[in-house]
Amino acid sequence: MQYTLLIILLPLLSFIVLGLMDSKLKPKVAGAIGVSVLGIITLLSYISAFEYFYLHKIEGVYEKLVPLHIEWIRFNEFLHIDLGILLDPISIMMLVVITTVSLMVNIYSLEYMKGEKGFQRYYAFLSLFTFSMLGLVVATNIFQMYIFWELVGVSSYLLIGFYYTKPSAVAASKKAFIVTRFADLGFLIGILFLSFYTKTFDFNILNSGDASIFASTAGVSFMGISVMSWTMGLIFIGGAGKSAMFPLHIWLPDAMEGPTPVSALIHAATMVVAGVFLVARLFPVYHTYAPDVLHVIAYIGAFTSLFAAVIACVQTDIKRVLAFSTISQIGFMMVGLGVSGIGGHEGHEGLGYMASMFHLFTHAMFKALLFLGAGSVIHAVHSNEMNHMGGLRKYMPITNITFLIACLAIAGIFPFSGFFSKDEILAATFQFSPYLGATMSFIAGLTAFYMFRLYFNIFWGKEHKHEHTPHESPFTMAFPLVFLAAVTVVAGFLPFGKLVTADRSEYIIHLDPIVATVSIIIAVLSITLAALMYMKEKETPKQLATTFSGIFKMASNRFYIDEVYIFITKKIIFNLVSTPIAWFDRNVIDATINNIGVVTQWTSHKTKRFQSGQVQQYAYVFLVGTLIIAAIMLFV
Amino acid sequence: MGDLLINFLSGPVPIEAYLGVSLIMFFAGVYGFLSRKSLLMILISVELMLNAADINFIVFNRYLYPGHMEGFFFALFTIAIAACETAVAIAIIINIYRNLSSVQAGELNQMKE
Amino acid sequence: MADQIIFWILAAIMTVFSILAVTSKNIIRSATFLLFVLLGTAGLYLLLGYHYLFAVQIAVYAGGIMVLFIFAILLTNRPGENVKTEKYYRKVIAGITSFAGLAFCGHIIYWNVNKAYTLVATSELKVQDIGHTLMGTDKYQYLLPFEFISVLLLACIVGAIMIARKR
Repeated sequence: MQYTLLIILLPLLSFIVLGLMDSKLKPKVAGAIGVSVLGIITLLSYISAFEYFYLHKIEGVYEKLVPLHIEWIRFNEFLHIDLGILLDPISIMMLVVITTVSLMVNIYSLEYMKGEKGFQRYYAFLSLFTFSMLGLVVATNIFQMYIFWELVGVSSYLLIGFYYTKPSAVAASKKAFIVTRFADLGFLIGILFLSFYTKTFDFNILNSGDASIFASTAGVSFMGISVMSWTMGLIFIGGAGKSAMFPLHIWLPDAMEGPTPVSALIHAATMVVAGVFLVARLFPVYHTYAPDVLHVIAYIGAFTSLFAAVIACVQTDIKRVLAFSTISQIGFMMVGLGVSGIGGHEGHEGLGYMASMFHLFTHAMFKALLFLGAGSVIHAVHSNEMNHMGGLRKYMPITNITFLIACLAIAGIFPFSGFFSKDEILAATFQFSPYLGATMSFIAGLTAFYMFRLYFNIFWGKEHKHEHTPHESPFTMAFPLVFLAAVTVVAGFLPFGKLVTADRSEYIIHLDPIVATVSIIIAVLSITLAALMYMKEKETPKQLATTFSGIFKMASNRFYIDEVYIFITKKIIFNLVSTPIAWFDRNVIDATINNIGVVTQWTSHKTKRFQSGQVQQYAYVFLVGTLIIAAIMLFV
Repeated sequence: MGDLLINFLSGPVPIEAYLGVSLIMFFAGVYGFLSRKSLLMILISVELMLNAADINFIVFNRYLYPGHMEGFFFALFTIAIAACETAVAIAIIINIYRNLSSVQAGELNQMKE
Repeated sequence: MADQIIFWILAAIMTVFSILAVTSKNIIRSATFLLFVLLGTAGLYLLLGYHYLFAVQIAVYAGGIMVLFIFAILLTNRPGENVKTEKYYRKVIAGITSFAGLAFCGHIIYWNVNKAYTLVATSELKVQDIGHTLMGTDKYQYLLPFEFISVLLLACIVGAIMIARKR
């Protein structure tokens, strides 16, 4: 399957061409290049998916294919950084997800970004992002993954700051970059630990189940926690940063300053699930050598999910609601991974892993759809605020229907895709711990509530007076919506268990009827509640807001996490660490150097007159000196 | 008085008398070198000092090593070198005067700045 | 006796004129006084029996260098231009320094050279000897320095012409 290399390299080529030509290309040409390249690689990734899932199965287990492998930097006989392509079920699945969503976003942006200054640059950055994300998922080793991980971070930074004349966008891009970069420090340290103890970067070796490579970690511990837990925990910090897990989630809501299609691609469907992908990629290592970390991941995921869902209920910026919803859903995926085991098809131990990957897939589709729908609405209304909308269903029927489908999917209503994936996560969670399962069910209810609050506020409710009548988006924007809605409708019936599992062997999906029924009931109840509150203009929401004003205000302000960060950085770190260091630098290090200069200058000013160029003065000094020396020699 | 004078004048001239004369010449030259501004005056002072040195060579040669000629030749060569030096110095001074219309040592500072 | 009288007269002339030469405000007078000092020096050479050196001193200094000086003075002095007087403190400092040096060296001469050496002979140095010594290559003979001096003189002539010629 050598042609998978093309999937990676074509977006890079397109980035280079678009980036170098920039404004020399006409916007239409740039868009055409972007879309056609994405079209080609989407087609290629579908072909590779079919080929892989049909042909590369040996005795019920999918092979791990390495069609390309180059030794890049060699440290010693064990440790070397390679570049290559690793194909296994999850990377193939990610290829499909990334190329599909990216293609849709590219098509959508043709209209959405039309007339923007820097249209060509936008497409160049999109290509760069696609290239780096694809490189990330097919990485054969953790170091290659890290390289592309950073590239993804950079392209995310560039795209969030696309409107670089807007101060808030610049601030948001910086915030996203710094927070994720900070998390990546943990990732890097984790990589160093891992490679130090195992003498390898390679995923295939790490995941091979060969216990000998972890032999040197046995008995090594630090502060009572085994070194493998430290290592995998640090690696997870990297994943948590990219996937916006609490408390590193603060960058994601702000990242909505970027263009909406970018939010759909990067901050909903692909890049933010990189953390989930990372954990899934190293899942055998986590499961075997750091099960405690895996449980921590589950609890962090659950907490983040709850936290974000609560905030999402009170946000009024529709993109922010979707951002918090994304955080919440990624929390679901993390929980799914955290509670999972490997294999054991009778006891459904590997259910969580499969469900998590399934949810990743379906979520990418419907969340991209939601964002693109929101983009369509914003395009029509020219505002992000909920109360500037309302009653849009009459003007935008396609957007309305597709948005509704996405909302039903995320709420977990049969037969939409979200139902299947989410219920499998719930089932796995109940199997792990009933309390955690109940929490997750509650969060699922919250999800249904806030999504339909969003939906009703946009498309129903009291009509807001618009300066000009909103209109349905043109075909290039509507097509991606329809396509993704179609995927969302049918994706639930994909035999996902046969394709992507923890041990790469077939798995029969078993839906727990009780869990499914209960969650549907919860979802329907939540939707009904939302409908009652927001379908017509009513006073109930305001009353509720005043009744629970404390928690309402806290949730509106995102539980003051940003303020805590500001407090920690500005008050504590800046004042107690940076200021003394800055003082030391300015008054000791710099001052030493400066004073050397000052003293030199002063001395030269003072001694300048000795070098007057007056011969007679020299003669005088010479004579006096001679006399003095002679006198000393004679009399002393 | 007359005896005293005859006593004083009897015999050869003492060496320190010569040295005293050359000493006065030399420090007169030093004074001129340090105090005068005109380049030509400085040159005149240098000539004075050179002559004082010549006298010393000659006197030491004659009084201490009458059979040798080192001091003599030193004086001879010094005169030759003094001639060279004066010729070049005066050429430079004339050139300076042509360019700057001045031969004052304190004013020749164009190259300094 | 006669030597002594001649010497003291010469010494008086040289002392007075050397001081006058460096203190005179008029530069042409200074040059004239310098000429007297040079002549006095020549007289001392004669007194010590170095007739050849006497001739050289007269020919080179009085005949050559003084002429150069006079030319230079005439070339660099504009007629009717006021002679610039030096600053007072400068004279004082120079005077003090010179006097200190004079006192110091006079002290050394007075206490150390004191009558230890007397004139042994005042016979005239033969020009033949001078010629042999100057043209010989043995020890205490000066052909090499002589040639060096001649090359130096040539270089000086060329250099002086190069520097002073009009462009």
